[in-house]
Amino acid sequence: MATTVHEPPKIKSDNVGEPRLSHNGGQRDLPPSFGSLRTVHDSSPASRTGVWVGLAAITMTFAAFTSAMIVRQGTSLDWLHFTLPPVLYFNTLVLLASSGALETARKRFAAFVAGRQSGRAVPLLWLWITLALGLIFVAGQYLAWRQLRAEGLYLATNPSSSFFYLFTALHALHVLGGLAGLMLAIWRLGQSVSTLRVSTLSTVSYYWHFMDVLWIYLLLLLWMRI
Amino acid sequence: MHDMSEHAVHHHAPPTGFIRKYIFSLDHKVIGEQYYMLALVAVYIGLVLSWIMRIHLAWPNVAIHGLQFLSQTGAPGGILTPEYYLQLMTMHGTIMVFFVLTTAPFAGFGNYFLPIQVGAEDMPFPHINMTSFWVTFVGFCVAMAAFFVPQGPPLSGWTAYAPLSALGSVAGPGQGTGQVLWAVSIGIFCIGQLLGSLNFISTTLDMRCQGMSLMRLPLSVWAWFITSCIGLTAFAVLMPACILLILDHVAGTSFFVPSNLVVNDQIQPHAGGSTLLWQHLFWFFGHPEVYIAIVPAMGVVSHVLVTNLRRPLLSHRVIIYAMVSIAFLSYMVYGHHMFVSGMNPFSSIAFSFPTLAITIPATIIVLIWIGSLYGSKLRINTASLFALGFISMFVSGGISGFFLAQPSLDIMLHATYFVVGHFHLVMAVAALFGIFSGTYFWFSKVTGRMMNETLGKIHFWFTFAGAYCIFMPFHYLGMAGNVRRYQAFVDDFMAPLMPVHKFITIAALITGAAQLVFLYNLIHSRFWGPKAPQNPWEGTSLEWSIPSPPPFDNFGGKLPVVYHDPYQYGIESSTGDYVMQDSPEKIDTVRDER
Repeated sequence: MATTVHEPPKIKSDNVGEPRLSHNGGQRDLPPSFGSLRTVHDSSPASRTGVWVGLAAITMTFAAFTSAMIVRQGTSLDWLHFTLPPVLYFNTLVLLASSGALETARKRFAAFVAGRQSGRAVPLLWLWITLALGLIFVAGQYLAWRQLRAEGLYLATNPSSSFFYLFTALHALHVLGGLAGLMLAIWRLGQSVSTLRVSTLSTVSYYWHFMDVLWIYLLLLLWMRI
Repeated sequence: MHDMSEHAVHHHAPPTGFIRKYIFSLDHKVIGEQYYMLALVAVYIGLVLSWIMRIHLAWPNVAIHGLQFLSQTGAPGGILTPEYYLQLMTMHGTIMVFFVLTTAPFAGFGNYFLPIQVGAEDMPFPHINMTSFWVTFVGFCVAMAAFFVPQGPPLSGWTAYAPLSALGSVAGPGQGTGQVLWAVSIGIFCIGQLLGSLNFISTTLDMRCQGMSLMRLPLSVWAWFITSCIGLTAFAVLMPACILLILDHVAGTSFFVPSNLVVNDQIQPHAGGSTLLWQHLFWFFGHPEVYIAIVPAMGVVSHVLVTNLRRPLLSHRVIIYAMVSIAFLSYMVYGHHMFVSGMNPFSSIAFSFPTLAITIPATIIVLIWIGSLYGSKLRINTASLFALGFISMFVSGGISGFFLAQPSLDIMLHATYFVVGHFHLVMAVAALFGIFSGTYFWFSKVTGRMMNETLGKIHFWFTFAGAYCIFMPFHYLGMAGNVRRYQAFVDDFMAPLMPVHKFITIAALITGAAQLVFLYNLIHSRFWGPKAPQNPWEGTSLEWSIPSPPPFDNFGGKLPVVYHDPYQYGIESSTGDYVMQDSPEKIDTVRDER
């Protein structure tokens, strides 16, 4: 029965010694108690995994809606084609610009954390710009709905308008979630001693960029189908 | 900022107040118990509903006193109306599938034991975890609210097929407000489970302690991990379906209602919708849901069985691979629920093959269990009995699946009790046996007290024999042409089958009563049971290396280091015939997964 003598697992050199007290992803990179953010590293696999898992679920949800739309369109001949409100294209640019702003904020924040930049004002400003652009996007989506309403296209008018409202509203809802994340980041960075973690900002930005990608996909889908 | 160093050790400080400790707790263990308690409440509600239905089926004209208080119109004088029978049936299915079979084995046990078994002090996102339970709880309350709206709960079954489910109150009692509440409840439930899955996946991937390689995870962890991957994709599809259904009700859209539909002499104002769209979306969730219920039970049963076998299973890896294949295939078989929907026969074949194929990994797992049992000295206790009972139910229920997987046979059997017998055995009862097995096994860890084994064995034998007495005759009824979802069989060709129905009802009443023994055992042992040692079953996984009940942060301010496979039994060590995963002792082992 006994064939091999068991060896303990090889432990990487940096792990030797007392077991780490915290592998707990979200907390590992918390600033140490003496308050210098300079030593904080981006090493939070749990939050990274978490956001990817969340995005997978969102992808699945929109995939289900997409298949529902394709099936519904193919089921009967009542599909009404209409022109998308032009403001959507402007909104797209705004959303893309917001992603650019967030990336800049992330870079500036990384520079601040690494000690290459002294003040918090610059990353904070870029975060505010991102937030403003995000709000403009949501307002722009609201304008698009008003335009459709003015044309007499309501939620229940036609399956095409139903899906239009559904997709844009659900996307806007998810964008609002992203805005909440941005506000959290701004709040944490703006405190007298910043408690914003690199990983938090990364998580927010993954989510935010995904909203871009999702929106471009939705715009293409709506443009082709409606 | 000043308290950051404390935070770096613990996720969150131990709560002191009652509310933070027991109600809005961030502790995964409390959340696991909350899920379990929710399932416990739900399962007894579901049980009573099934009793009412069974009594009505066997004696349609007998009044059930007190029922009129639940619904004056649905049960005037205590006798169910046909519609109210269907309404109770809908709620029975909804409660059992969502709030028991998903909630207990996956969310309940998983929340409690997954972080401990991977060697973590908590889940990575405790706030999301707490939200997941409370969202689920709200979903349950919304579902229960359907009992108390004027027309009562919906009558469209737990599958809520369109257009019946999408039309509103014109389609029958409960199809208005009741159906909307149902859809809202399930939509909310989906959010809760998605949040839970997110935590499960992150915990398994990122929170394992030193030395805990993926292959060293106990099979229960693998089962919960795989289930959360299924749940993440399945519930993300059911939620959109519920949103569309709600919109058809409240916003006047036409996603699921076709043109020119006349119901109760009224032409419906909807146009052009697809009734089959609902079925596709629903079953894309619905079939994986079967595995959301059964895979955690497989994990629990493997874990319990191997501990009582006192030797490793024939293969640890093959069980993992088989469970992964089941998860993968579960998305390719959903169409077998729709063989009678008028789908193209070629589509039926396309869904039939994977359905037959998915029995292969399931069979492999069963064969590994049976092969591991062969010639072993199994320790007989309530937990291992229920594990054996699980295998028995799973095989018995699974065999009828071979018949139903074939479109030509399914067309005959689909609308009959054969299907009811099949899914109750293979999904419901089997998963319940998994829950029971886990409960008797882990109770001591959770409460620090032992359950009464004699009462447990009485509970087992009544439940085991009772389940067969109830669900085996269902197959016979189905083959005899007894259609399902009818509320009485007194004045048609099914009248000669009434003695079978009476037998089933009596068996259901006795088996249900045996569950009160379980409830008594659970409550009595919780407060007055004998104190449990730390490791009563001589298990090897990490949950047995900590006190019962576990301290707030599971491992008392430090994290374990793992040196061994999860199931090192049948060896010689200083502790006996096993070695704990976190024991640094060098031993001669059969094999170690690396």
